[in-house]
Amino acid sequence: MNYLERRVIHGVLLLAGVSVLCFAFGVMAPGDFFDEMKLNPQISPATVAALRSQYGIDQPLPLRYGRWVESVLRGEWGYSFAYNCPVRSLLMVRAGNTLLLTTLATLLAWLIALPLGVWTANRRGRWDDRLGLAGTTLLLSVPELVIALVLLYLAVRTHALPAGGMVSVGFGGLGKQAQLIDLASHLVIPAATLVLASLPLLVRHIRASVLEVLQAPFVQAARAHGIGGARLLFRYVLPAAANPLSSLLGLSIGGLLSGSLLVEVITGWPGMGPLLLEASLARDVHVVIGAVMASTFFMIAGSMVADVLLVVLDPRVRLGST
Amino acid sequence: MRNKPRIVAALILLLSLHAAILLAKFVTPYDPAVQNRDFPFAPPTRIHFVDSRGHVHLRPFVYQWKARPDTFNEYDEARDKSYPVRFFIQGPEHKLAGLLRSHVHLFGVEDPAQIFLAGTDAYGRDQFSRILYGGQVSLAAGLLATVISLFLGLVVGCISGFYGRWIDDSAMRLVELFLVLPWLYFLLAVRSFLPLHISPTQTFFLLVTVIGTIGWARPARLVRGIVLSAKSRNYVIASRGFGASDYYMLRRHVLPHTYGILLTQAALLVPQYVVAEVTLSFLGLGLSEPAPSWGNLLANLQQYNVLVSYWWMFAPALALVIVSLGYLQMANAVQELQSGSI
Repeated sequence: MNYLERRVIHGVLLLAGVSVLCFAFGVMAPGDFFDEMKLNPQISPATVAALRSQYGIDQPLPLRYGRWVESVLRGEWGYSFAYNCPVRSLLMVRAGNTLLLTTLATLLAWLIALPLGVWTANRRGRWDDRLGLAGTTLLLSVPELVIALVLLYLAVRTHALPAGGMVSVGFGGLGKQAQLIDLASHLVIPAATLVLASLPLLVRHIRASVLEVLQAPFVQAARAHGIGGARLLFRYVLPAAANPLSSLLGLSIGGLLSGSLLVEVITGWPGMGPLLLEASLARDVHVVIGAVMASTFFMIAGSMVADVLLVVLDPRVRLGST
Repeated sequence: MRNKPRIVAALILLLSLHAAILLAKFVTPYDPAVQNRDFPFAPPTRIHFVDSRGHVHLRPFVYQWKARPDTFNEYDEARDKSYPVRFFIQGPEHKLAGLLRSHVHLFGVEDPAQIFLAGTDAYGRDQFSRILYGGQVSLAAGLLATVISLFLGLVVGCISGFYGRWIDDSAMRLVELFLVLPWLYFLLAVRSFLPLHISPTQTFFLLVTVIGTIGWARPARLVRGIVLSAKSRNYVIASRGFGASDYYMLRRHVLPHTYGILLTQAALLVPQYVVAEVTLSFLGLGLSEPAPSWGNLLANLQQYNVLVSYWWMFAPALALVIVSLGYLQMANAVQELQSGSI
């Protein structure tokens, strides 16, 4: 079996584990989606019982799990009680929006963090490095929630940016270019929040791992050979520093996904976050599980991309028969 | 240590904040639930030192807020009468630490004036009091959840590292599972499966348990690594040769190695879990009104007009940032101490 195949199988097993975990928690919980109906005097207990058996809630856990797996294999991902449709159709649109936001934020965060980290590592101990350190410390202790609220406040006060949602009213009537601009202006606040929230940790880790390589003997040897500047940085230092950074990429994707849930809710971005929150409050079990599964899937996929990137970047990593 | 003054400053800040929150009944001038329907969204009371005639007073004083006629929640200072700020003033009775009956509050002004250090909310409740009382909930949640996480992590890590083989394998698979979950999604999912409408105390313990249980994986993995390296040391092997029991070896020779990592993890986890509680309460899945918590205080900002018009509603966020900052400095300090001593 080659490396990629093993990784894929591992990922699938992890997903299966997550789904079992979700179901286990689901069955331990008292009450279900139809509990609210029992309070309604106009709905007879018999109707509620019939509904419950129709959706299969009255059955034991292993059977429900089996039916859910079956529906996943059919590509339906379970059935939403609240929306009365397969979860997949709900999730696809929302997941796409979340993916758009988090991918953009990840890219931006890394694009900003890499030069900052490398720069501060090169200037270790001097004033700009200290400034960077103080800045990251401060930013690290401001939770996403607060960043999002402050940015939203600024946007609303200055009227410079739309304060919520994904598109303006009348989006459909705009031209292609105007639509793109509208979408981008709505993306600014949620994306900026995520970038600001993930930046400090990234900068710190990049700085640390570049610093470690800068002090390595082979870099000094390269310097002694008269290799310097950009060539030293790109050919020798960065590839050697890539190893810890690739696992950081995987982790940062996970952090961004969790962060995006909150940011989406605050800024009204129609991603998986608001869907999950609504489903949580309504106890729409399959939607909740579907959203958790989708986010876990993104996370596993992200760390896999990171590992493949590592293989490309770091010549020391060999994919042998191990 | 390089950053000694900064760390001492952080420690003092953190300790005084905790003390203020712990002694909220004494430090706050008002009960957090008392409403002043005449003063909805009153801005923070201004503390003056110079009166209208230009005289400087050593004792600060305040003016009473007076609603501006024909406006909506706008106030002016009633300059005709000033009220000095008094310390250790008699106020509403409270029970300090559940035992000591007392009327004394740290500061306050005489009736009919009122002092709102951080303004008031929609019901005219004093935000400063609510922040300190809410801090009790949020901080206690963070601390308790940390204890749960570290305890679970310690137990699993020790057993897994010490006994190895299939126990280790299966425990580490489970750790991987928990590490790969995007924690907020999972937290929300688990919370969604638990009853929504229960008493505040129940909600609190439920929240704490859920938050604490989800975060055990990282400490477990770290503890396991330390146990692995500790158990292969010569003196541990020697003690086995002398007939020491597993329990004795764990307690006497292995556990002390884990203290450092536990301390660092604690300093990192507490702010994280405080934020987790705040997030859940903010989203309406945690503690709900009228019990104050930093999360549901911030949830006021979800209303558009509050976000735009009343900047002092951001005050709980400041408390949150200070707590995070303090704990992160602590984590850094502990890490530095460790790397210096080993």
